[in-house]
Amino acid sequence: MTTAATHSERLSVLDRPNSYIGKTVPRPNIERLVQGRGLYVSDMVLPRMVQVVYLRSPHAHARIIEIDTVAAKQVPGVIAVVTGKELSAVITPWVGVLSHMKGLKSAPQHAIAIDHVCWQGEAVAAIVATSRAVAEDAAELVAVEYEELEAVTDMRTALDPGTPVIHASLGDNLAFERHLDAGAVDQAFAGSDEVVEADFVFGRHTGVTLEPRAVVADWSAAEARLTIYQGTQAPHMVQNIAALHLGLQDSQVRVVCKDVGGSFGIKVHVYADEMATYALSKLLRRPVKYVADRVESFNTDIHARDHLCRGRIGVKRDGTITAFEIDDLTGIGPYSMYPRTSAIEANQVVNLVGGPYVAKNYRARTRVVFQNKNVMCQYRGVGHPVACSVTEGLVDLAAAKIGMDPVEIRRRNLVPDDAYPCASPSGLKFELLSHHAALNRLMAMMDYDGLRAEQAALRKKNIHRGIGIASFIEITNPSAAFYGVGGARISSQDGVAVRMDATGAAICQTSITEQGQGSESLTAQIVGSVLGVPMERVRVILGDTDNTPYGGGTWASRGAGIGGEAALQAAKALRSNILDVAAAILQSTPAELDIVNNAIVNAGDGSTRIELSELARIVYFRPDTLPPGIQPELMATRHFVPRDYPFAFTNGIQASWLEVDTDTGFVKLLKHWVVEDCGTIINPQLVDEQIRGGVVQGLGAALFEKCIYDERGQLTNANMADYLVPMSGEMPDIDIGHVVSPTAETELGAKGAGEAGTAGAAAAVANAVNDALRPFGATITEIPLTPQTILTALRRI
Amino acid sequence: MKASAFSYARATSVANALDLLAAHGDSAKVLSGGQSLMPAMNLRLINPELLVDIGDLAELRGIVLRGDVLRIGALTRHVDLLQSPEIAAHAPLLTEAIGHVAHPAIRNRGTIGGSLAHADPASELPACMLALKATIIVRGQPGERRIAAGDFFTGIYETALSPQELLVAVEVPVARKDSTHFFHEFARRHGDYAIVGAAAQAVVRDGVFADLRIAFFAVGDRPLLAKVAARLVDVAITPVILAEASAALGEELDPQEDQQASAAMRRHLAGVLLVRGVSALLGRPDLSGAPA
Repeated sequence: MTTAATHSERLSVLDRPNSYIGKTVPRPNIERLVQGRGLYVSDMVLPRMVQVVYLRSPHAHARIIEIDTVAAKQVPGVIAVVTGKELSAVITPWVGVLSHMKGLKSAPQHAIAIDHVCWQGEAVAAIVATSRAVAEDAAELVAVEYEELEAVTDMRTALDPGTPVIHASLGDNLAFERHLDAGAVDQAFAGSDEVVEADFVFGRHTGVTLEPRAVVADWSAAEARLTIYQGTQAPHMVQNIAALHLGLQDSQVRVVCKDVGGSFGIKVHVYADEMATYALSKLLRRPVKYVADRVESFNTDIHARDHLCRGRIGVKRDGTITAFEIDDLTGIGPYSMYPRTSAIEANQVVNLVGGPYVAKNYRARTRVVFQNKNVMCQYRGVGHPVACSVTEGLVDLAAAKIGMDPVEIRRRNLVPDDAYPCASPSGLKFELLSHHAALNRLMAMMDYDGLRAEQAALRKKNIHRGIGIASFIEITNPSAAFYGVGGARISSQDGVAVRMDATGAAICQTSITEQGQGSESLTAQIVGSVLGVPMERVRVILGDTDNTPYGGGTWASRGAGIGGEAALQAAKALRSNILDVAAAILQSTPAELDIVNNAIVNAGDGSTRIELSELARIVYFRPDTLPPGIQPELMATRHFVPRDYPFAFTNGIQASWLEVDTDTGFVKLLKHWVVEDCGTIINPQLVDEQIRGGVVQGLGAALFEKCIYDERGQLTNANMADYLVPMSGEMPDIDIGHVVSPTAETELGAKGAGEAGTAGAAAAVANAVNDALRPFGATITEIPLTPQTILTALRRI
Repeated sequence: MKASAFSYARATSVANALDLLAAHGDSAKVLSGGQSLMPAMNLRLINPELLVDIGDLAELRGIVLRGDVLRIGALTRHVDLLQSPEIAAHAPLLTEAIGHVAHPAIRNRGTIGGSLAHADPASELPACMLALKATIIVRGQPGERRIAAGDFFTGIYETALSPQELLVAVEVPVARKDSTHFFHEFARRHGDYAIVGAAAQAVVRDGVFADLRIAFFAVGDRPLLAKVAARLVDVAITPVILAEASAALGEELDPQEDQQASAAMRRHLAGVLLVRGVSALLGRPDLSGAPA
């Protein structure tokens, strides 16, 4: 039907017979992946494909005097050795700024450094060869003469007059600064019974993906078209950026994203070495593959979280929190990352501190400085873990100061569940949150009073356990407010096209991507439910700019909430179109019909009228038998973007129960709980496992992970033996509960769940460690909480 | 992360392996389980010209009980040690220690000979050899040498083994009926290199040590048999005596500082391990701070 027909819904689209919404169903791609039939970029082999290895600067800061490639070019199997200067003929540099991050500045960054290297690991030459091993052999023969420059490594002195300026054209090392002053902070502190202050220190860490970053770029001179096979979270963004800097139209670039072995925000950016690989393919007119090795991953995958944040909290004796204040400092490496910028995490910290609480007085400053270390940018949770750790650490310190239970002080200050809609002092708009319901649920799940009794009993046996609580809010379903308003061509809307094939099965193309979080499953669940066909009859196609609608992809906890709503609306539209055709065939009206389990049925009694396969046969092969004037449209496309709220905030609360060995400083995680509210839950198992995975990454931050740089800017633990990722042996059981407050902005009602776990896990652990150490008078506000840190705080060493 | 080109020879006999090592000396490396060698080659930390793969030499594999000695072939994999009833019965310290060696995938490939010849000061088996008073048997073209474990480890990744020799077996005295053992290590995660570890073998009679050998690892350039153990033999241990021994142990050690721990922390943790080890060996929780 070309005219839009509306059908009265006797059932909600989510509450239909055989609905998959709210059900744990197996992911459609799971068998393919476990049978080894996944296709990752590193598996790909194309005719005439060659491999590139990047020679990387051993210095954190240096001038390149000369690069001698003669010997390397003579190695048998070497196709080309390309310097930054040579590559700049085919690719232009970029500057990672956005207009809504006022004052953010950065310097032009080249795909391969030309005369100035700014971090240990920045590429200085590309060696293209028939195999990676040959390219590595040849790389050892490239002679680079450097003039080493003083490295800026300590963010605390990066702005000092005596510190060298990394990019002379910028005038100083300040990338971004933001101030916020809401309410009457000084007055509030003056009127407080106690004011507590602490310096919070966050280790620099990174999201270690099982599959490293990988790209195959294939320039077809005949078509004047570049195909990029890449494990990316944002194919259309990559398409646009690659085209822009290679002097192509977007339509000349196709980005294909097959299976991805973990992303976590690491793969939502465009990296210099990836850009260089695209350019090399264009330069050499053949497919070029780049797969980062593990050492390169540590040296070049974005880092995150390296913040020093002084926090203050004012509190009255009755537990009323009067004000929050923070002074935050972070070092982002030598460039603001492209195209999302490296100011976002600090900006989020300012936005999010104090977010769960009613206190209206809030002052914040953040400064983002350049330094000669690897670039920092958005990694799972972006700013949330920092803001949550500062906020929740301060709340616990305030509670301890006035002798109040940590749960009680939260009960007295969390925004009431009936206060919505409302806004935070930093201007965040909350549609509907459920802090108190979540807190109550958590108390029941963990048996808080029982644990406190156990803790007290064990203290007498010299066993020191702690309980840590952390409330949090999470930004999900971002609208254009996130990037679009700043001028980035990063779509905040997503599209889904659903069609019925000639056997009555559904084929669905979506612009969200799958990196293991279940985008394919949730799309099939929604389409199957709304359309009235089993999931097995829904095939989902993702990750191909030629073959999906235009959209943002999967990041910032947006896939289910935005892509899911587009899928729902597209399936609804297709269902309506199918019912129109069915009504014409059956001489009925659409309102009297429904689709259930692959068949058109009477809405009234559920009796089968015609199988979808038969309807499809008629539509595709015997349209001559349809009544005159009917043109079936068995394909429907819908797009969705949030407009009412810039972000769909979610909330939650976490708790940690752990034991500190006060003789050794070792922490044993005993149990972890999360209660969160992501609105409508499409697949409980996917939500719970996303949260567990996020918690594990937060626990890694709390106890293990840190990129350790020396004073010369050398990353000293760029391997899996020395950079400690969280492993199963140290992980506790993680119990998850839910409160469901759907967003009214969509029919689906889903908000994001991808980052909730990461947001609060480290804060809960840090609070629990301090709870355990309270009898010793030791307080630690630094993560990771290593045995060395804990023993030092206990003055045992 | 690809190794540079190298030659490869699969030895057909111990004699053949020794011929190859004699011919190539320093420029050859013996490939056993490959769990340390291959990563080092892929990182291009070492670039041997020749790998001598001894994987086919069945004569180097297996565990045999001969009288009061257990002979363990150099190619015996960690997983085989872990599952061996002979080891569990006659050298239970090893069974317990192996559980701390890396992860199952690594234990499935790694060998005891490889671990001892590699001599990583943070690894478990060299310390166990000291505690168990093992003899390490190496063979070169001139013949066989029997080296006491205490003389075998000479520094970080350094041993008494020459480049022309092959470690063929270790011999471990069968544990006495009245002996007991202790093994523990502090590592950031299961399977990580230890920050500090201890392996102990003791004989306890009437609540008193008749013999105590306690070897610490990851506290110096090689595993160290604590001299302070002598103070604890033939005396009724009190918390005071143990605290003094723990302090004295700190003076014996010269630990390195690294990303996981300062030297002071290693000394401290070694002291904690001594206290906990003695407490466990004597079955006296009161010695390690638990309420009596």
